[in-house]
Amino acid sequence: MTNGAKKRRTPAIDGWFAPEPGGGVRLLGTRCAACGTPYFPRNDLACRNPRCDGPRDGSELAEHRLSDRGRIWSYADARYKPPPPFVADEPFRPFAVAAVELAAERMIVLGRVVPGVTVDDLAVGMEMALTEGVLYEDDDTEYTVWMWQPA
Amino acid sequence: MSVVVLGAGMHPWGKWGRSFVEYGLVAARAALADAGLDWRDVQYVAGADTIRNGYPGFVAGATFAQALGWTGARVSSSYAACASGAQAVAAARAQILAGLCDVALVVGADAAPKGFFAPVGGDRPDDPDWLRFRLLGATNPIYFALAARRRVDLHGATLEDFAAVKVKNARHGLANPNARYRKEVTAADVAASPVVADPLRLLDICATSDGGAALVLASEDFARSRGAADAVRIAALSTATPTFPKTVLDLPDFATDSAAAVPEPEHPFRASIARAAYAEAGIGPEDLSFAEVYDLSTALELDWYEDIGLCAPGGAEDLLRFGATALGGRVPVNPSGGLASFGEAVPAQAIAQVCELTWQLRGTAGERQVPGARTGIAVNQGLFGHGSAIIAVQGGHRS
Repeated sequence: MTNGAKKRRTPAIDGWFAPEPGGGVRLLGTRCAACGTPYFPRNDLACRNPRCDGPRDGSELAEHRLSDRGRIWSYADARYKPPPPFVADEPFRPFAVAAVELAAERMIVLGRVVPGVTVDDLAVGMEMALTEGVLYEDDDTEYTVWMWQPA
Repeated sequence: MSVVVLGAGMHPWGKWGRSFVEYGLVAARAALADAGLDWRDVQYVAGADTIRNGYPGFVAGATFAQALGWTGARVSSSYAACASGAQAVAAARAQILAGLCDVALVVGADAAPKGFFAPVGGDRPDDPDWLRFRLLGATNPIYFALAARRRVDLHGATLEDFAAVKVKNARHGLANPNARYRKEVTAADVAASPVVADPLRLLDICATSDGGAALVLASEDFARSRGAADAVRIAALSTATPTFPKTVLDLPDFATDSAAAVPEPEHPFRASIARAAYAEAGIGPEDLSFAEVYDLSTALELDWYEDIGLCAPGGAEDLLRFGATALGGRVPVNPSGGLASFGEAVPAQAIAQVCELTWQLRGTAGERQVPGARTGIAVNQGLFGHGSAIIAVQGGHRS
C-alpha cells in the first residue's frame, strides 16, 4: 500500500453492528415479537424464553437495534497478548473491556473499550456509549468492531 | 440405595509433558488398588474427555479401557467443559443406580498447553468460544477479572482478601502429595506478581496443569459383599443447567440473557447447582464439614462461599477474614489446596475433587485432614452452562 492512501474499513464480523443513519453505531440483535425478549448476538432460530407463547420457530424474531448507551456492570483489562484467533498489535498494547448493562433491554453486553481509556478511567455504574473502532488491520483494510467509550 | 466410592486414585498434577493416557492409566490403577479390585472386575468405564487431542481424548473412555487392556467392559465418554469429570461420575452412578452394573471405573486426564487456554485451531466464525477470542481478545482471566471487579464494587472485597485466599490454599496444598505447587505463598508474593487482568494478578489465577484422577464406584450391595459396608457414599450429584434468563456474564458469553420479559430467577446459576444437590441429599449447607470449590481465581472462591450457602451474599470476605474457611476453621474450603495448588487439568479436576471428598470422609487425608469430617460438597462451573455439585457423606452415616 502506498503511503497516505486511505485504507478500506470493514466490520470484522458481518451483521453484529451497523452505523446509524444519523451518526453513531448500534448493535444488531433480534427481538421476540411475542414475549419481547431481545437477543444479542442475534438469535434467528427460536425464542429461548421457555415461557414464551409465540410460535418459537424463528418467525417471531425480527431485527432489533439495541440501545447505544448503558452503565458499566463490570470491567477488566488484558495485560498480556491473547492467543489466536485474536490478532494482536505488535508490540502488544494492553486494552480494557467493559460489560455494560443496557437499561431498556435489561441485559449486559461485553465489548472492547476504545484505545487510550484504561481501567483507571472506568468505574462500575459509569455511563458508556457505543462506537466503532479498529480491531486489527492488514496492508489495505481496517477491520472494525463495536467498542464502548465513556459517554 | 446409593452409590459408594470404593477407590480413589490420582496421578500427581504438574507439567510432565507426557500423554494424558499415561496420567489416566496411573490414576485408574491407583483407584483400583485402593478399592482392592482388579481391572477385570470393572463392568463399566466412564471417561471424561480432554479436547486437546484428535477426537476428544481419543474418545476417552475407550482409550483408557484399551490402555488397561480390553475386557469387554461397557463404556461412555463425557465432555462438559470443566464439569466433564462430574458428568462421567454421573454416567457411572446412573448405571449402578439403574442396576445395570455393580462396579464402574471413572477416569479423567489432561495434558494442558502452556499459557492461556485457547480454542482449537481453524476459522470457526459460528463458534462463540472462537469469536470471543477473535472479536474481544476475551481470555478466561478476563471473565474471572470481571467477576472479581464486581465483588470489589458490590461487597467491598479487597486485593488483600483475594491474596488471603491464595495464601490459605497454598498452605493447605503443602500437605497434599498430588498437588503441583507445594510451597507457602505470602500476601507479598501475590502483590509482587504481575497483573494479568485487572484486578487479578498472576497468583490470583489458577494455572493449567497435567494430571489424572480416577474413582471406583460400586453399589452398596457390592461394597457390603466385599466387606466395605462403611465406604464413602455419594448422597447427591447435580448437573443443573441455568434457568432463563441467565443474567450473570460467564465465559464465553458476549451478553447475558435479557430480563426484560421474564424476571431473573430467584437463585443465580451457580447457587442453583448447589441447591439442587442439597435438595437431592436432603441436607443443607449447615451440615457441611468442608467444601471443595472451583477456585479458577481467588475471587471466585469467595463467590462460591455464597453460592453454596456458607453465608449470605456479601458475607464471604468476613468468613475468610475470620478464618472460618481455613483448616481448623468452622468449614474449611479447599482443604486439598484447590486449583490454587493444583492448576486445572480440566477433565480430571471434578474427579480429583471427589478423590479429596473420599479421603477426607475416610479420615485419611493426613496433615490436611478436616477433623471429624462427615459431609462434604464439591462444586464446579464450566463453559456453556455446565456445572456440577457432588455431595458425599461418611460411610455408615445417614444424613
